[in-house]
Amino acid sequence: MTPPTLLAAREGFEAPGAEAFYWQPWIELHVAGVDISINRTILTMIIMITLVGLLFVLGARKGRLVPTGAQNVVEYGVEFVRNQILLPVMGPKGLGYLPYLVTLFFFIFSLNLLEVIPGVNFPPTSRIAIPGFLAIITYILFVQAGMKHQGVGGYLKEVLFPPGVPWYMMILLTPIEFVSTLVVRPASLAIRLVANMIAGHLMLTVFFLGTAYLLDRDLTIGFGILAMLMSSALVGFEIFVAGLQAFIFTILTAVYIAGSLEPAH
Amino acid sequence: MEILAAAEAFSGNANVIGYGLAAIGPGVGLGILIGKTIESIGRQPEADATLRPLMFIGLGFVEILALLGFVLAFVVK
Repeated sequence: MTPPTLLAAREGFEAPGAEAFYWQPWIELHVAGVDISINRTILTMIIMITLVGLLFVLGARKGRLVPTGAQNVVEYGVEFVRNQILLPVMGPKGLGYLPYLVTLFFFIFSLNLLEVIPGVNFPPTSRIAIPGFLAIITYILFVQAGMKHQGVGGYLKEVLFPPGVPWYMMILLTPIEFVSTLVVRPASLAIRLVANMIAGHLMLTVFFLGTAYLLDRDLTIGFGILAMLMSSALVGFEIFVAGLQAFIFTILTAVYIAGSLEPAH
Repeated sequence: MEILAAAEAFSGNANVIGYGLAAIGPGVGLGILIGKTIESIGRQPEADATLRPLMFIGLGFVEILALLGFVLAFVVK
């Protein structure tokens, strides 16, 4: 009767690493030297955005005053973004940005949910390209909003040289303000989403594979059942994180745009 | 013999220790942030709608530091 330590040392549990995030391309496509092959990630993303787009199109078709069916669901979503994200942060003058914020929220939320949908179990937002591009769009939006309202030079002056600061502090403050506003903001938006999704996916993978590993061997079936219960709790937690990260990305976009529309200082 | 063979080396790398240290600060910060929000809502329940989005915005800023530690633990060789 060998102790469990020796059993583990002999057979080994292979923890997932970076290879859990790489999928082989199914259809190779190269356009002008850029690799846009289609693999499982891209296919699930295309299917998901088709479904969400279909939901919104069906919801907007017959605009009844008292909504029913798909229109009810879509209106609930749009009103959530409007009343919880846009109006408290940007006020009524920011309502022009509502279509983009609704699109952003539902895009990120639906792609994050792919992590817990059985059979798919991989969030496309855990690849840096997708949140990176969304962060670039947000970056362009808030810089453009600032430059349109205060002029190109005026916006840069308001960001880099805050009023009311003595000149000797400016030498220290300007590089800090430059990095904090024009570099860290988009980078942190992208990294926040990617790292949350990577961490969640790794955690779920370790727990699922670990449950299978523990249930396989007679000695550790009890632990396997505990691991299965914990996996179920973690799936619920990941659904919460999916919604929370979509909410945080959208509300930070709104905060940055609002900060550009009216000078903060 | 096998137990000795398995316990001979310090496996892994210092990245994970770095992440562990990086998670202390945001852990304390999140506790203070969310605790203060809960306390404020307890004192003044009608401020719930104002305080909760602010808590989530703050949560995003604090958590990014821990996540940067997590990402750098993978990226830096």
